[in-house]
Amino acid sequence: MSWFLIRTYTILVYVFMFAPVAVVMLLSFNANQFGSFPMEGFSFRWFVELWHNDAVMRAFRTSLILGSLTAVISTTLGVLASLAMVRYNFPSKNFMATVLIAPILVPEVVLAVALLLFLQFLGIHKSFLLLLLGHVIFTLPFVVLVVQARLYAVRREYEEAALSLGANALQTFFAVTLPLIAPAVFAGMLFAFTISFDDITGTLFWKPGGVETVPTQIFAMLRNSISPEINALGTVMILITVVLPVSGIALVRKLSRNPGR
Amino acid sequence: MATADMNESGAKPWLLLSPALTAITLLLAIPICFIVVYSFWLKTASGVPQTGFHLDNWAEVLTDVFYRDILFTTLKIAFLTTVVCILLGYVPAYFIAMTTFRHKAFLLLLLMLPFWISYIIRTMSWINILGGSGAINAVLLWLGIVDEPIRMLYNEPTVIIGLVHYLLPFMVLNIYVSLDGIDRSLVDAARSLGCTGWQAFREVTLPLSLPGLAAGSLLCFVLSAGTYITPLVLGGPTDAMFANLVFEAIITQLNWPLGSALSLVLLVLLGLLVTVYNRFIGMSQIAKTFG
Repeated sequence: MSWFLIRTYTILVYVFMFAPVAVVMLLSFNANQFGSFPMEGFSFRWFVELWHNDAVMRAFRTSLILGSLTAVISTTLGVLASLAMVRYNFPSKNFMATVLIAPILVPEVVLAVALLLFLQFLGIHKSFLLLLLGHVIFTLPFVVLVVQARLYAVRREYEEAALSLGANALQTFFAVTLPLIAPAVFAGMLFAFTISFDDITGTLFWKPGGVETVPTQIFAMLRNSISPEINALGTVMILITVVLPVSGIALVRKLSRNPGR
Repeated sequence: MATADMNESGAKPWLLLSPALTAITLLLAIPICFIVVYSFWLKTASGVPQTGFHLDNWAEVLTDVFYRDILFTTLKIAFLTTVVCILLGYVPAYFIAMTTFRHKAFLLLLLMLPFWISYIIRTMSWINILGGSGAINAVLLWLGIVDEPIRMLYNEPTVIIGLVHYLLPFMVLNIYVSLDGIDRSLVDAARSLGCTGWQAFREVTLPLSLPGLAAGSLLCFVLSAGTYITPLVLGGPTDAMFANLVFEAIITQLNWPLGSALSLVLLVLLGLLVTVYNRFIGMSQIAKTFG
């Protein structure tokens, strides 16, 4: 009996989590001109309008470029740092672990203000560069946490074998270590991309006037009225941010099942 | 020997760490020190702040009841959000940890999904549910229970609903990690010694899951206390939270010294909380969630 209650409660909480998202996706196909209930037939018109909306397409391009650059830079920094944390013992290692996740221990608003004012003081005004630097520092801890967790599973014997067979450190890294840690690198990049693609809290502080990312574009559109176009945009966002990582995770699982480890 | 160079420190780890540490120093540590200095400067009409050591911003922030009231509102909203997250989150976490259901991994994946769904989309999705022409009103009108839409949006409870919806997965996941790590034989032992199921839960399972509960609560509290987007989207004109004041000061009024002082208040308060947590429980509990 009580287990039945627990199960029902769990189902209700899942409904609470997913119903609003499901409604967004449902309404995005609504033919009704206000995009609200009642549903008046099925149509793709809002997706077509989205495609022809220049502001939205520009925002998409900005988000994609920003997310990709963030993913590459942040993962490079994160993987190197994680290698140091997982492979070596050194004094003040515990302190370094805290330092590496410091950017998420600081409230994002505070990080946003501090970075904005400091770089402005140095003469770097609101720009794409500021956005990129902000996204890199904000995603770095997530990359470190994810990559570190995966690196613990990679065994060291293969590298030692390569080294003892005469490969130098660089050869070993590119021929042995990198292929072994590829799933971790991939997971880090995916994580950084998604967080960057989704960020609004810092982005609203850092973005120059006239430049919008997808979330800030949605935010700007919300200020007018909630149009079905927003729901359509939401549906596209959900597909990108869910289908991409889920297929990514599936790929990582498949890659890490190879006999290399 | 696998652990041979685990003991040998040298310069290598520092070389590997240096890019990340440089980034954190230049883009986080120095900027935060900088806004401490900046908070003692003054805004001028020309836009170039007047340097020096002025206590005006701090006097304003620390004595004005307007700021104090909003600070209390913010802490209240963060507290209520955390409590609701615990109430809603514990049972599902327990279910996922204890179930013998075949598709347990699927349940976990479903739980992770909201992490990937855009925060702004999830926040605005509540307008479709609670709004004048949203799902609930559509059903009520259709059933003839009401004649005109009820006004449910744009107040403090909707801000809390939005925050709970955003933060609940953090809570469930942290509790789940804790529950999943409990040795089941401890519960069996309690049962065989005569505990009822409820007693065994209260005396064994619940205390052992407290670290996860604490980690989830910390995340929920800190993240909700620092938000300004949810009140802007789901709150009314009087539902500003502390971070909204920061946003107003920096972006709208361009009063950067005041904005610096306000953000430092937020940093110190939430920083204290994180420090206390770190002292008693430690950050490794949160790191486990990523494992």
